[in-house]
Amino acid sequence: MNRYPLWKYITVAIALVFGFIYTLPNFFGESPAVQVSSAKVTLKVDANTQARVEDALKSAGITHQGIVLDSVGVKARFKDTDTQLKAKDAIERTFNPDSRDPQYVVALNLLSASPQWLTAMNALPMYLGLDLRGGVHFLLQVDMKGALTKRLDSQSADLRSMLRDKNIRHAGIGREGDRIVVRFRDADTRNQARNAISDSTTDLALADLGDGSDLKLVATLKPEAEKKIGEFAIKQNITTLHNRINELGVAEPVIQQQGADRIVVQLPGVQDTAKAKDILGRTATLEIRMVDDGPGALEAAIAGNAPFGTEVYTERGGQPLLVKKQVVLTGDRLTDAQPGFDSQTQEPAVHLTLDSAGARIFKDITRDNVGKRMAILLIEKGKGEVVTAPVIRTEIGGGRVQISGRMSSMEAADTALLLRAGSLAAPMDIVEERTIGPSLGAENIQKGFHSTLWGFVAIAVFMIAYYQMFGVVSVVALASNLLLLVALLSLLQATLTLPGIAAIALTLGMAIDANVLINERVREELRNGMPPQAAISEGYERAFSTILDSNITTLIAGLALLIFGSGPVRGFAVVHCLGILTSIFSSVVVSRAIVNLIYGRQKKLLKVAIGNVWKPGNTAVDRKN
Amino acid sequence: MEFFRIKKDIPFMRHALKFNIISLLTFLAAVVFLATQGLHLSVEFTGGTLIEVSYPQAAELEKVRGALGKNGFSDYSVQNFGSSRDVLIRLPLKDAGASAQQGEQVMQALAAEAPGAELRRVEFVGPQVGKELAENGAMALLVVIVGIMIYLAFRFEWRFSVSAIIANLHDVIIILGFFAAFQWEFSLSVLAAILAVLGYSVNESVVVFDRVRETFKKARGLTTPEVLDHAITSTISRTIITHGSTQIMVLSMLIFGGETLYYFSLALTIGICFGIYSSVLVASPLVMWLGVSREQFIPKQKKVIEGATEDGACV
Repeated sequence: MNRYPLWKYITVAIALVFGFIYTLPNFFGESPAVQVSSAKVTLKVDANTQARVEDALKSAGITHQGIVLDSVGVKARFKDTDTQLKAKDAIERTFNPDSRDPQYVVALNLLSASPQWLTAMNALPMYLGLDLRGGVHFLLQVDMKGALTKRLDSQSADLRSMLRDKNIRHAGIGREGDRIVVRFRDADTRNQARNAISDSTTDLALADLGDGSDLKLVATLKPEAEKKIGEFAIKQNITTLHNRINELGVAEPVIQQQGADRIVVQLPGVQDTAKAKDILGRTATLEIRMVDDGPGALEAAIAGNAPFGTEVYTERGGQPLLVKKQVVLTGDRLTDAQPGFDSQTQEPAVHLTLDSAGARIFKDITRDNVGKRMAILLIEKGKGEVVTAPVIRTEIGGGRVQISGRMSSMEAADTALLLRAGSLAAPMDIVEERTIGPSLGAENIQKGFHSTLWGFVAIAVFMIAYYQMFGVVSVVALASNLLLLVALLSLLQATLTLPGIAAIALTLGMAIDANVLINERVREELRNGMPPQAAISEGYERAFSTILDSNITTLIAGLALLIFGSGPVRGFAVVHCLGILTSIFSSVVVSRAIVNLIYGRQKKLLKVAIGNVWKPGNTAVDRKN
Repeated sequence: MEFFRIKKDIPFMRHALKFNIISLLTFLAAVVFLATQGLHLSVEFTGGTLIEVSYPQAAELEKVRGALGKNGFSDYSVQNFGSSRDVLIRLPLKDAGASAQQGEQVMQALAAEAPGAELRRVEFVGPQVGKELAENGAMALLVVIVGIMIYLAFRFEWRFSVSAIIANLHDVIIILGFFAAFQWEFSLSVLAAILAVLGYSVNESVVVFDRVRETFKKARGLTTPEVLDHAITSTISRTIITHGSTQIMVLSMLIFGGETLYYFSLALTIGICFGIYSSVLVASPLVMWLGVSREQFIPKQKKVIEGATEDGACV
């Protein structure tokens, strides 16, 4: 009765082997590395970059322990942190000769030191949270109201110019709170205006108000439009943050949306919060200006005396360009930028969409400047870069602008992204900040590890002393629980935090409950005079439903924490819930398999080593039964 | 080795009234502390800034306070954290914009007046986030209670469900009472500990109740208190050993886990101790007062003789 079919043993063995393999990377630790990734969307990191890294190291006489190229960038491993720092300087010099204008992100990183075959099968060490490795965590609140107000402002400007174009006379137009109010003197004009507005945009809901000679048309944003604006604002802010954080030289930044209007930014290893905040809060803008192509003007400007009202910028490609200081159009007027193809030449192109005020300005300017060049600049930190400077071929109306010529489709996609990402769509506030120093992180790991280790040892000693052989089995089951839990956490790459480590310890402390239940039950059956084999079997069977009960109630608490918890609580809950699942398996299936292996084959089992079983014989039940 | 050699059922129920009065008094004391002193909520709930710095030698708290005072900070609290070299500075909320910068300002102030400080950690929580965390925390507590009640109602009849949840809520209030009485810091991780221990110790009542049900079915002619006594006596060994093992682990966290895990494991310790007490000595008398009896478990006389252990769930 205490024998498992072969497949059950095999299942247990496979589970343990799986646990062992995926736990393994955690023992190899991490080796220092330098990571090179692109700081610009337009710059791709490829095999060439890898070769350059190798050359740079060779010429500096630094030995590395392997260079790999992955989706993030090129990573070079070193044997100690001294070499790592030297290598970083060497690589930095090669890749970013001009430190004011970095082309690449050269960052210090830690790479798993586990052998290649482990990494190949996706066995990675646990992903440590910021409280264990040090770094900064920001929670940014996107000001949706700000985004909407901004949109309403530009919308009312659009309406004004649209009504003027169509010759509809109104008595004033303006934003009042979260609505646009247009005043009219008579009902006919109002009807005309209403039709014109609903033809031009679908984002606005219109309502009539007022009477007599003071008639009003009230336009509010439709809920769908508000939602769209909100989603666009978040997406664009995230893209912008990505680009900015690239400059910080962070190896593995996390930038994620949280809830409807929040963004989480985690920068492992960053200590300089002031700089991080500065970069996060910075604004970048897009500007369209005219190029001064006058004969000799550029040469004069490079020689040091630029014509009045112009300045020199560098085009992407490296050529200098003389650009007028007067700004024609700013990025506020840009509603979208998408990569695509020229409908006639099939050349890659970027399609820009301007709002109606922007479209009108653009129409005027292109009509007056056919044959000349216009420059599209990205201004950041007061420093501008010419993204592209196309020649105007014809007057462009309708607010749809196409930039094409001398562009690969990749470049088109990158330019579109850059234009979209240039500025923040809505202002953001930091609503939560956590900074953890690296020494505290290392200490936290140490503390968590010691807690678990000594707790485990104490429980093991007690269990073995109290239950002898069954105690040993329980401890082995508990160890396999730990193994499986760590393997699962490594496999899922769930973020491990200090509360997470506490949850590992607590889960182990609670998991032993199942084995105590089983062992007590077996003892009890023996006490009632059952033969050992039957007692073992009964003990396991009967204890099972209680084990299930206890784990379900704990799981209810764990799930509630998972759903409602945030931050440290969530880290705790994830590990706790996973731990409950692994503990059911290990305490019931694994421990039974071991017991079966030890005792199952002995036909005439007279005694099991579960400690002395003391027989009382006269409790109330015994007496009355 | 066996710790518990209990020859006779221990007459717990004879003292039921005493236990209930003790519980009631502790409970009332906890409520009084909660009402008068309130919880010392951490920055996570109230919003504000928390800065931990470390000095190479014992920190001079007066100097740190002076540095903060001179630089226009008010309502700050400065105290040692874990060791004499580590200092924890708490600052209340200011206007949204200003608060986010407090971390740097404090470090500048310290660099001028009390140099040598190394920044260990900064936590800043805005008012909105703090409020949400508090609301979510309360929500989690509610969901756990309702979830467990529903589960127990399925598993047992209502008398057990009600007594178990009352017993365990009494634990929660008492843990909170301790935190209010000693003004220990109540943080998110303490809340997590309370919820975890709630799920854990409800199970203890389940085990006792399982045994009660089994005993009612198996043994005729016993009075209700005798049945309860037997159920408690025969599970007490298991109760103490499992809680003991869990407590060993928690103790290890209390000793090695450092300041961050200190209150977490403290809440667990109180929870585990009162968990044993309440699930055995509070829940069972409650079941008795609520009028549990043999008839509720055996609809037909015949069934008793045949199916004594048909539900099988018991230890």
